[in-house]
Amino acid sequence: MAFDENVKTEFKVIGQRVSRPDGIDKVTGKALYGADLSAPGMLIGRVLRSPHAHARIKKIDTSASEAMKGVKAVVVNSDLAEPEDDFFRDVKDNCLARDKALYDGHAVAAVAATSRSIARAAIRAIKVEYEELPSVTDVDEAMKPDAPVVQEGRADETVPAGSGPNVTTYLEFGHGDLEAGFAKADKIIERSFKTAATHQGYIEPHACLASMGADGRGDLWCCTQGQYNVRTICAEVCGIEATQLRVTASEIGGGFGGKTTCFIEPVALALSRKSGKPVKIVMSREEVFRATGPTVSSSSDVKVGMTKDGRITAASAKLRYQGGAFPCGTVEFGAQSAFAAYDLEAVRSYGWNTLTNRPKEAAYRAPGAPMAIYAVESVVDELCQELGLDPLDVRLKNAAKKGTLASYGPTFNDIGLVATLEAAKAHPHYAAPLGENQGRGLSCGFWFNFGGNTCVSLNVNHDGTVGVVEGNPDIGGSRASISMMAAEELDIPYEKVRTVITDTNSLGFNDVTDGSRVTFAVGLATIEAARAAKREMCKRAAQIWGIDAEAVVWEDGAAKPSGPNAGDHPPMTLAEIAADMDSTGGPIAGHHEVNADGAGVSFGVHLVDTEVDPETGATKILRYTVFQDAGKAIHPDYVEGQMQGGAVQGIGWALNEEYIYGEDGRLQNPMFLDYRVPVASDLPAIDTVILEIPNPGHPYGVRGVGETSIVPPLAAISNAVSRAADVRMSELPMSPPRVLKAMSER
Amino acid sequence: MVQVKLWGSLRDLADGQEMVEVEASNFKQVLEQLEAKHPALGPRIKRGVSLALDGVIYREAWFTPVSEENEVVLMPYMVGG
Repeated sequence: MAFDENVKTEFKVIGQRVSRPDGIDKVTGKALYGADLSAPGMLIGRVLRSPHAHARIKKIDTSASEAMKGVKAVVVNSDLAEPEDDFFRDVKDNCLARDKALYDGHAVAAVAATSRSIARAAIRAIKVEYEELPSVTDVDEAMKPDAPVVQEGRADETVPAGSGPNVTTYLEFGHGDLEAGFAKADKIIERSFKTAATHQGYIEPHACLASMGADGRGDLWCCTQGQYNVRTICAEVCGIEATQLRVTASEIGGGFGGKTTCFIEPVALALSRKSGKPVKIVMSREEVFRATGPTVSSSSDVKVGMTKDGRITAASAKLRYQGGAFPCGTVEFGAQSAFAAYDLEAVRSYGWNTLTNRPKEAAYRAPGAPMAIYAVESVVDELCQELGLDPLDVRLKNAAKKGTLASYGPTFNDIGLVATLEAAKAHPHYAAPLGENQGRGLSCGFWFNFGGNTCVSLNVNHDGTVGVVEGNPDIGGSRASISMMAAEELDIPYEKVRTVITDTNSLGFNDVTDGSRVTFAVGLATIEAARAAKREMCKRAAQIWGIDAEAVVWEDGAAKPSGPNAGDHPPMTLAEIAADMDSTGGPIAGHHEVNADGAGVSFGVHLVDTEVDPETGATKILRYTVFQDAGKAIHPDYVEGQMQGGAVQGIGWALNEEYIYGEDGRLQNPMFLDYRVPVASDLPAIDTVILEIPNPGHPYGVRGVGETSIVPPLAAISNAVSRAADVRMSELPMSPPRVLKAMSER
Repeated sequence: MVQVKLWGSLRDLADGQEMVEVEASNFKQVLEQLEAKHPALGPRIKRGVSLALDGVIYREAWFTPVSEENEVVLMPYMVGG
């Protein structure tokens, strides 16, 4: 059933490719990012980081540093508050180490000084006495009973007795009789896989400017996906009341989930509080790699049984994720997503999360799903090869649809997987010929999406323009999408609406820009705010006309009399009503606050052609097409951008990107020269096919689109490379040496 | 009575049951009753859970009505990137 009884299906503004409102600011350099703001008397903050992968901190002597001319403050863990909640305590202990350095690059102390050079010298003057401890960075090694213990006592109640000391979470999903299912199969394949940790690779490093006054009030400017979340974390970690800390989000140069937590903001606030001056901290790229959150790395075992005609009879996956030195729940989403695309009678997924001496994992688009689905879709593809079946037909034969009992528990409502697969099958790409050393791969992908806490104000101006105030940083074009939805609902031109993102003290709480939630949830709230404003404008027109408000309707951007007794009055446009609003009751505004649900799950299918050089093992992406259900595409350019961006990040993840650790547990490649993200010359034009299967949970049918596109590329590319190289690949990234080695062993 | 489906690894904390029957007319009561019947589920519920009602996932919605006609599934708390 639809959540909204006023579902709209015909649009004037929605679906247009309007100009992006932030374009000129960004290309002219006017847009202000995290590092762009300065304040009078500002100090430069710098962080001292552990050179060891795992070490007890026996003593930190800051006296020499504090005595230096120009040094105004030095802080360590004990300068922060002591949150009771494990989540906040972990953030604190990640921002500044407590009694152990848990990974290479873990922050140990920080200084604020009058110049960058003094800050650098002051960092060197801090004497830390370490006792080095054995370390572990590999997920499988970390799960062994005799592994070095990263943190004691972090297992939750689900971890079975006898598990290794670093295992923090265990879970299991699924249904049916696996044994009976596998007994029905004509072919069973069981294979193990590994994926490397990858970084979100946002171009803008973390940066902030913090100012705490002597009156206990603070202001914080930072690049983040959620200023309210930053406020919540900093309030807990620094011991500040929420209202006393105003957080403003800068423009953001990429986030992809990696800017949904804090690394430097509480430290800058503590330095500012101690020095009485504003403090700016800007991370270097090396610091971003060593000390912010990459995604998890994984190890998995997948077993799938299939009949000769392509029916999957049973499937299971054992997923082991490491999320660094602190507990994380990412494997929950891998275990739930692994088989979501399939209608299975017998299915089970098991997940373990383990601690390692690596940086604390942070979210990365559809956290946990890509690596699980990579393993599952690889085995399904191999079965298709072994049984001589068309991989798209097999997906269609087994596709989840309305009424399917999902592998993670509920029964699916209307979902768009079959339509997405059929679109892929009908596309010319699927039938295009391939040459020598070339292979075609495909994969399904899935993500949940959600709505969340959202608050929007919509203000009508005297000149007939409209301002929308929202609280979610724009990481994917949301200012355009939100303006478009306001314009559509009010039936005025897009150019008459401007959407701004405000600070934490100017609007009610908003969840982070994550979970593919903003176009869905902020859009929903904006539409409701516009409806509230329309009701008020109809009331004002009714007063002017001397008729009942119920006898006025809103059409074509104007109030109109409606009904037999409404009388004959010319329509009053929004601009006309706004011009007289001072005399008809004062300002006209609409507000809406909601914790939105009903986002609707999303499916995508990726199709990719690769060519593998048999001499070097290098893979070239020849052709790439993304098929995805967007519900309703509000601004198709941005939707296509999300689909293409996911594919590109997936190409990097599949082919080149990885955190490489040495025997000493230190990160070997903390820079873009050695951590190779795809560049334009690595990529073909990425084709997109948007399917629009309306989401009944949104008045315009919107579904989240920001995360699903990162899910299928790993498997799609691995399947294409495996077919091109004629050897099944089972570890990411498929870097040239790894592919060459696999080819030599086939 | 509302039947609530638990995911696999929670069943050991609920006397091995996949389906737990609770007297509840909304999500808040579902969660309270689950914890009252099986206190071992308490830590997980406190850390955060979602509920799927007839296939639609809700993260926090205490007063969403439920009845014995609905499919109610306990799920981990949804996050995203």
